[in-house]
Amino acid sequence: MAELTLREAPARTSARLEWTLVGLGILALLVAPFLVYPIFLMKMLCFALFACAFNLLLGYTGLLSFGHATFFGGAAYFTAHAIKVWGWPPEAGILLGMAGAALLGLVMGFFAIRRQGIYFAMITLALSQMFFFFCVQAPFTEGEDGIQGVPRGILLGVLDLNVSMNMYYFVLAVFLVGVFAIWRIVNSPFGMILRSIRENENRAISLGYSVANYKLGAFVMSATLAGLAGALKAIVFQFATLTDVTWQMSGEVILMTLLGGIGTMVGPIIGASLVVGLENTLATSGFPVTIATGLIFMVCVLVFRRGIVGELYARVLGQLGKG
Amino acid sequence: MTMIFGIPVQALLGQLLVGLINGSFYAMLSLGLAVIFGLLRVINFAHGAQYMLGAFVGYLLLTHLGIGYWPALILSPLIVGVFGIVVERLALSRLYDLDPLYGLLFTFGLALVLEGVFRYYYGVSGNPYTVPPLLSGGTNLGFMFLPNYRGWVVVASMIVCFGTWALIEKTRLGSYLRAATENPRLVQAFGVNVPLLLTLTYGLGSALAGLAGILAAPIYQVSPLMGSDLIIVVFAVVVVGGMGSILGAIVTGYMLGLAEGLTKVFYPEASNLVVFVIMAIVLLVRPAGLFGRDA
Repeated sequence: MAELTLREAPARTSARLEWTLVGLGILALLVAPFLVYPIFLMKMLCFALFACAFNLLLGYTGLLSFGHATFFGGAAYFTAHAIKVWGWPPEAGILLGMAGAALLGLVMGFFAIRRQGIYFAMITLALSQMFFFFCVQAPFTEGEDGIQGVPRGILLGVLDLNVSMNMYYFVLAVFLVGVFAIWRIVNSPFGMILRSIRENENRAISLGYSVANYKLGAFVMSATLAGLAGALKAIVFQFATLTDVTWQMSGEVILMTLLGGIGTMVGPIIGASLVVGLENTLATSGFPVTIATGLIFMVCVLVFRRGIVGELYARVLGQLGKG
Repeated sequence: MTMIFGIPVQALLGQLLVGLINGSFYAMLSLGLAVIFGLLRVINFAHGAQYMLGAFVGYLLLTHLGIGYWPALILSPLIVGVFGIVVERLALSRLYDLDPLYGLLFTFGLALVLEGVFRYYYGVSGNPYTVPPLLSGGTNLGFMFLPNYRGWVVVASMIVCFGTWALIEKTRLGSYLRAATENPRLVQAFGVNVPLLLTLTYGLGSALAGLAGILAAPIYQVSPLMGSDLIIVVFAVVVVGGMGSILGAIVTGYMLGLAEGLTKVFYPEASNLVVFVIMAIVLLVRPAGLFGRDA
C-alpha cells in the first residue's frame, strides 16, 4: 500500500510556508462570497469536506472505500427528513445525519474489514449498492423525487440561514472545524497507528495493535465526517435525492482525492474544487460529465498518481528539504 | 393447478428460469473477472462496460451493416477482445508493478468513458434486438412454456463456462497460464512469453464479457447502462465465491442467480438485495469466500 501515498514532506523547513498558505487560503474563503456565486462556493466546500473525510480512510489508513456515497447521501436524507417532516432545527438535523452516517459506517465497516485490498473495495461497493436499493424502495426518501423543499431554518434560534451570507459563513465554519478535526485525528497517536497499518499491516499486528478495531474506528470517523458534509449539502440545496447515494458519487469522491493528492491534507480540497468547477462548466457546454471524469481518472492513474498537491510536494518542497 | 408452498408451480418454475438466465450471465462475467484477476491481479471494473460494448457491437453490426445474430456471435467477442488487447498493451501493462487498486481505478475510469460515449450518442433508453428467427418462438415442456432463445442462452453459457474451464485446466496453454499465476518469473525463465500471456488473458476475459453481451442483447434491451448495474452484482458474486477457483466462480454465479429467482417468488421486494445479503452472510461465516483460498 505504500506506493499509494507520498512520503511526509520534510517537516520543519516547510512548516512556516504551509501555515502561511493555510492562512491565505482561509482569508480567500472569507472574502470569496463577495466575488463568486455563494451557492457554488458552498457546494465546493461540502464536496471538499466529503473528499477530506474520504481521504482520512484512503490516504491515512490505506483503505479504498467504494461506498462513501452511502454516508454522504444517507446523512443528507436523514437531515432533510428530520428538518422537513419532524420540524427539527438545522443543528439537530445535522447531528442526526452524522449519527446516522456513523451507524451506517459501523455496519458497513464491520463487514468490509473482514477482507483486504480490492475485496474491501468490492464489498463496500456492493453494500452501498444495497443501501441505494433500500433508498429507492423506502417510503421516507420519497423515491425518484427525493425530499424536496427542505427549509433551511434558524441556526441555534438566532442565525437565519435563509440569508445567503449567513448560510455561507456557517458552511465555511463547519468546513474548517471538520478539516481541523481530520488534521487532529491524523496527527494524533491514533493517526500514527493508522499510518502504520497503511504502511505494513502485518507489522502493526505483530506490534500488538488490534488492527481490526483501528480500521473500524477510522472507517466510522470517516463515515461520520462524510455524513457531516452530506447533511450540510442537504441544507444548502434544500433537497436530498438518490443522486447522492449512487456508486457514481462514490467514484466522484475517489476522483477528487486522487486528482488533488491522496494522503495530503490540502489535496482533496483542491481536487474537489476542480471537479466541482469542471462539472459546473461542462453542465452548460453539453459535453457529458462522465466522459470527462473517466478520462481524468485514466490520466491520473497513468501519469499523475501523486495528484496535484502530491506532485507539488515532491518537486518544490522536496528541493526545499534538500537546500 | 399444482402448488408448492402456496405458489403455483408455473410461477415458481418461471422465476427459476429467470434466475437461471441471470445466473448464466453472473457465471460468465464472474468467470471472466476471475480469469483476469488470477493472472493480472487486476479487478476489471470495465467488465460491465465491455459486456455493454459486446451487445452494442452486435446491435450496430445489425443496424448499420445488416450483419445478423450468428456472425455477430463470433464478431462481437472478437472486436471486444481486440479492444481489450489494445487497452492492456497501452495502459494496463504499465500498472502491474503498482498496488492492484490502481488497476481497479483505471478500469473504473475506462468504464465511465465507454458508458459516457454510448450514452451521449444513444441516450439511456434501450434499443430492442430481435431474437434470431431460428430461435424465436417457444417449446411447451409439458410443465411450463420455455422460450427457445432463453433455453439457448442457458445451454450456450454452460458451453462457454465449461469450455473456458477446460481451456485453463486441461490444455497446455492453460497449464502455462496456471503456472504464470503461481510464479510468473519462473515461468518466464523457462522461456514462456509471460507479457504476451498477460495480454492474451486480458483479451480473452474481455471477449468473454463481449460474448455475454451479445447473448444478452435479445433478452435485455441494448442500453448504455446495462453493464454498470450488473457489474456491481457480479462483484458481490465474486466476493461470495472467492476468486481462487474458476469452477467456484461458475458455480457461485449460477447459485446466486437461482437464489435471486427464488426470492422473486417469495418476497419480490428483496430480490434486488438478496445477492448482497448472501454476500454479507458469507463474509460473517467464511470471510475468504466459499471457494476462496486467499483471505
